[in-house]
Amino acid sequence: MSIEANEEFKPKIVAFCCNWCSYAGADLAGSSRLAYPADVKIIRVPCSCRVNPMFILRAFEKGADGVILCGCHPGDCHYSTGNFYARRRMTMLFSMLDYMGVENGRTRVEWVSAAEGVKFSTTMNEFVQKIHSLGKNVRLGDLRCRN
Amino acid sequence: MQELIARAKELLADGTVARVLGWKAGDLPYNPEPAYFEKEEDFKDFVYNSFCGANLSKFMIEASKLEGKTLVCLKPCDTYSFNQLLSEHRVDRDKAYIVGVGCKGKLDIEKIKKQGIKGIKSISGAEISDEADTLTIDTIYGEKTCAFSDAMLERCHVCKGKEHKIYDEIIGESKETKDAERFAEVERIEAMSPEEKFAFFRKELSKCIRCNACRNVCPACSCRKCVFDSTKFDSSQKANVDSFEEKMFHIIRAFHVAGRCTDCGECSRVCPQGIPLHLFNRKFIKEIDELYGEYQAGETVVEKGPLTSYTFDDVEPGIVAERG
Repeated sequence: MSIEANEEFKPKIVAFCCNWCSYAGADLAGSSRLAYPADVKIIRVPCSCRVNPMFILRAFEKGADGVILCGCHPGDCHYSTGNFYARRRMTMLFSMLDYMGVENGRTRVEWVSAAEGVKFSTTMNEFVQKIHSLGKNVRLGDLRCRN
Repeated sequence: MQELIARAKELLADGTVARVLGWKAGDLPYNPEPAYFEKEEDFKDFVYNSFCGANLSKFMIEASKLEGKTLVCLKPCDTYSFNQLLSEHRVDRDKAYIVGVGCKGKLDIEKIKKQGIKGIKSISGAEISDEADTLTIDTIYGEKTCAFSDAMLERCHVCKGKEHKIYDEIIGESKETKDAERFAEVERIEAMSPEEKFAFFRKELSKCIRCNACRNVCPACSCRKCVFDSTKFDSSQKANVDSFEEKMFHIIRAFHVAGRCTDCGECSRVCPQGIPLHLFNRKFIKEIDELYGEYQAGETVVEKGPLTSYTFDDVEPGIVAERG
């Protein structure tokens, strides 16, 4: 008799959410009883531009299958301009990952305001679906971090 | 070269400059190295030929802290780096006396060796005053020849122009050596499938030995404290152990100079493993040109670079996925 591993793919998804809009949006989604998959792990950051490209690479290293960054809508940043910088930075990072052969679709940026609980839950549902279709992240993982 | 030495000695003698930053002959005919010259007798080692590829702009960061002016020899493409450092307030314009030196393309010894020319004793045709299109190489196996353009550094095939962007005086003639499209190689990779791209970069990056030469030589990499030296960084001060760390190092390195890289090509020149590192930098340059408008770092002294500014209607990061 052998022990069979549970082969069902459970994606690990890291969501960086800005404190002022998207994190509150996630709260609203919760209090409005809107469902989003438990595969999404939220990390709260002060502003979307706090997210250093290394955070995203590090998340992939430690075994994330997808990383999503949520921030205030451009123009609505709590710190006035943070998300404008984040937008350029992430565009550059994503194009580099695409250039290196990492499937695009594993990374995403979405602007979610504090009032958009519905958008938060639909975005997360969509993103998890997408990662399900892409499967396990093998190109950007560190073998030593595999459990 | 004699004109350059004479002028440097003259400026040193009348006290305009306290030292000269140039190249001195190395132990082999093809490896001159950057050096300071402070006394007249030092100049017996001074050399300026087509093997002097090193970009001296970065040395001016330290030289700006020294007493007195430094005469620095800059080739046309090096002046872009100097301008960029000036924009970032890393060098002091008043501490530099810039002599724009002529350049007709710099040579890559690896390319000569790849043509099967080994055991090199001396090379003629590499002097800056030589008009010849071929190099005559005296080797222990006899005399060999090689076309100048076949031995040129990759960066010289995509030369940015023969104009010095910043200088106090110019000595010598320059020649534009551009004969290839700057983004041709980047476009070739972009057209590959994700599997091919991944395989290509894994093949190239697996050669990396983490010697940090690309970082140390880069005029844009001039932070006093570097992330790659931090003990908090997973792969600091050690060889990459797996393909993730190779990618991580090179993505972060290129990202840190994105929007500030003048495409001087020093990273690829110094890489002992021959990794085409300029392909990363050039990808960012291409994206910035396409998405945020044409931008050549170091063309002039600017207040803000493309990644430290923004517009209200920038494209969304989703464009990468949409383009496919």
